[in-house]
Amino acid sequence: MSQDLQIVAYCCEHCAYAAADLAGGLRLQYPPNVRVVLLPCTGKVDPLLILHALEEGADGVMVAGCLPGNCHYLKGNFSARRRVAYVQQLLKQIGLEAERVEMFHLSSAMGSRFAEIAKEMTERVAAVGPNPLRIPRKEREP
Amino acid sequence: MIVAEQKSLDEIKQLVGRAQKVLVVGCGTCVTVCFAGGAREAAIVAAELRMASKLEGAPKEVTDVTVQRQCEWEYLDQIAEQVGQVDVVLSLGCGVGVQAIAEHFPNTWVVPGLNTKFMGLPTEQGVWEERCAGCGDCLLGLTGGICPIARCSKSLLNGPCGGSLNGHCEVNEEIPCAWQLIYDRLKSMGKLEVLMDIQPPKNWCTARDGGPRKIVREDLRLATEE
Amino acid sequence: MNTNGYLSGSNLERVLKNGYFAVTAELGPPQSADGNVIRRKAALLKGYCDAVNITDNQTAIVRMSSIASAVIALQEGLEPVIQMVCRDRNRLAMQSDLLGAYALGIRNLLCLTGDHQTFGNHPTAKNVFDIDSTQMVQMVTAMRDRRVFQSGGEIKGQEPRFFVGAAESPFAHPVEFRPYRLAKKAKAGANFIQTQIVYDIPAFKAFMEKARELGVHKQAYILAGVSPLKSPAMAKYMRENVPGIILPDELIERMEAAGAPWAGKKKEELTPEDKKARSAAWQAEGIKICIEIIQQLRQIEGVAGVHIMAIEWEEAVKPIVEGAGLYPRPVIPEPEAQPG
Repeated sequence: MSQDLQIVAYCCEHCAYAAADLAGGLRLQYPPNVRVVLLPCTGKVDPLLILHALEEGADGVMVAGCLPGNCHYLKGNFSARRRVAYVQQLLKQIGLEAERVEMFHLSSAMGSRFAEIAKEMTERVAAVGPNPLRIPRKEREP
Repeated sequence: MIVAEQKSLDEIKQLVGRAQKVLVVGCGTCVTVCFAGGAREAAIVAAELRMASKLEGAPKEVTDVTVQRQCEWEYLDQIAEQVGQVDVVLSLGCGVGVQAIAEHFPNTWVVPGLNTKFMGLPTEQGVWEERCAGCGDCLLGLTGGICPIARCSKSLLNGPCGGSLNGHCEVNEEIPCAWQLIYDRLKSMGKLEVLMDIQPPKNWCTARDGGPRKIVREDLRLATEE
Repeated sequence: MNTNGYLSGSNLERVLKNGYFAVTAELGPPQSADGNVIRRKAALLKGYCDAVNITDNQTAIVRMSSIASAVIALQEGLEPVIQMVCRDRNRLAMQSDLLGAYALGIRNLLCLTGDHQTFGNHPTAKNVFDIDSTQMVQMVTAMRDRRVFQSGGEIKGQEPRFFVGAAESPFAHPVEFRPYRLAKKAKAGANFIQTQIVYDIPAFKAFMEKARELGVHKQAYILAGVSPLKSPAMAKYMRENVPGIILPDELIERMEAAGAPWAGKKKEELTPEDKKARSAAWQAEGIKICIEIIQQLRQIEGVAGVHIMAIEWEEAVKPIVEGAGLYPRPVIPEPEAQPG
């Protein structure tokens, strides 16, 4: 079941994207469900970007930016965090689980941390199940 | 500018009701600047409605479009075709925009997606405060540029009430006492004597109390043959 | 009606004009239609004050109308000062109610802004604030002295003749503006002023000094507000929460000292008798402090009387007035009506 899940990871190029690269280089195992999307900064993340991924069927969205205080553009990661919190509220109103979206912070040297959060996010999304928007209602209901 | 705030998705869903085809119309002026009803917000609301309706098992067709200003006929003409194809228009304009759409498209059902709050300004990013009540007879010249009609909770004209404490209003600590602000400003400008004149009762005719207001400028009306 | 040089001929006006140190008290109407509440409170106050303020939907809580309550007080032989706030009435309603109030025999009026409705029991109400308290003073004095309505139209027939008061809160902010606001109200035509509760005598002296400098005490009779403290907790609450009240530490310490015999005991250790005795000790000290304050206020030039606000504690007025040596109250005959 969980191998069918699709998780979009919006990753900042200064930290999470490099960390994902490092994880690969170190041959660390992390779930193949995570699809990395490169961003110049998580400050680019806008509620619409997250909603778009979910509307198109992603089961979860993780936003991975720099450690607090280390943003290349000073506060982009903090803006992203606020927007993620906002989208989590929107999801509840829409009827989706807020757990499908989460913000993470890490540095470019944290290859193993990237593998860890990819695993954490996959487990978390697996717990709430596939995105009901991807699966027609008939199939969802027994 | 006019400052507005989005209604909850629950209320918007109720307003849209069973309509199958929905057009979310954003406005590119005031409500764009206050992040309530611009192109981006229109796209978000449209996505929310599509997702929510699909989850409820009755997917709606929701599209969005944003015009430069909902309060001008010319801009509304541009979306006439799209408006004609839907069951309901969800306007993310201010109350003026919603009414302009209703007036311009007599056969279209239009519902509001925003609550229009006030005329004000962003005092910092993400924070808006009321500044003008549109009373129709500006008295800022008497008060150092700080409006007691809009900013004093009691619209007092002759000084603060007894509830002014440490610079804030008795209503709550979030509201600065307008009369403290006026006093401080006039004091710093050396014009405190202005406050000693008794201001007479205000003529509220020029405000909403005189009924809906209208301005006619003959110099601007389109010329007719004379 | 000829009033022999009096503006309204009310008892309060006669007492003040004849140079007596005036005493007014306060009576809060009930949150019900029970007129007996007024009668009961009136019985406690009668003879101990020259007039009694009847509050107008005090703290924005719906209560029996000030004018109706005032009529009951009149029937009980107690002279009312009706309070009127700007929150609930526009200029039409104010003037029409004042015509009626005068016809019903009411002769004193206190013009107030009014607490914001968000404090009260109808926070979703729309407020009015058509005119402010200074403008109300102007309006009612013009009705009396120039026989005109606010619109400028002539009052044909009997004009309402009130002895007109206004309020000032000497320590509300901005403090430096308060004497000027007081002067503004006097300039608008206020005949008497009742102040917010005073506990800090030096601060009040400074306020009065400024008021005298502005000549307000020659234009209006200034009645200083006083209120007996009921318990240390009430004192602290007022200090923290009521705008415009300065309560010196010393007074709170005195209140605490009065309850010292019961101090350090937990609630459950106190018997009902203990609680009663402690409460009585606090109240006795509160009344004592109030009397001392009145005596100090009497020494200040320009203070023409006191306004005793014993909120829901009307019983305290009698011992305070007696203790301050202000009993009995002067009896000044009503001006004889002369053929006009």
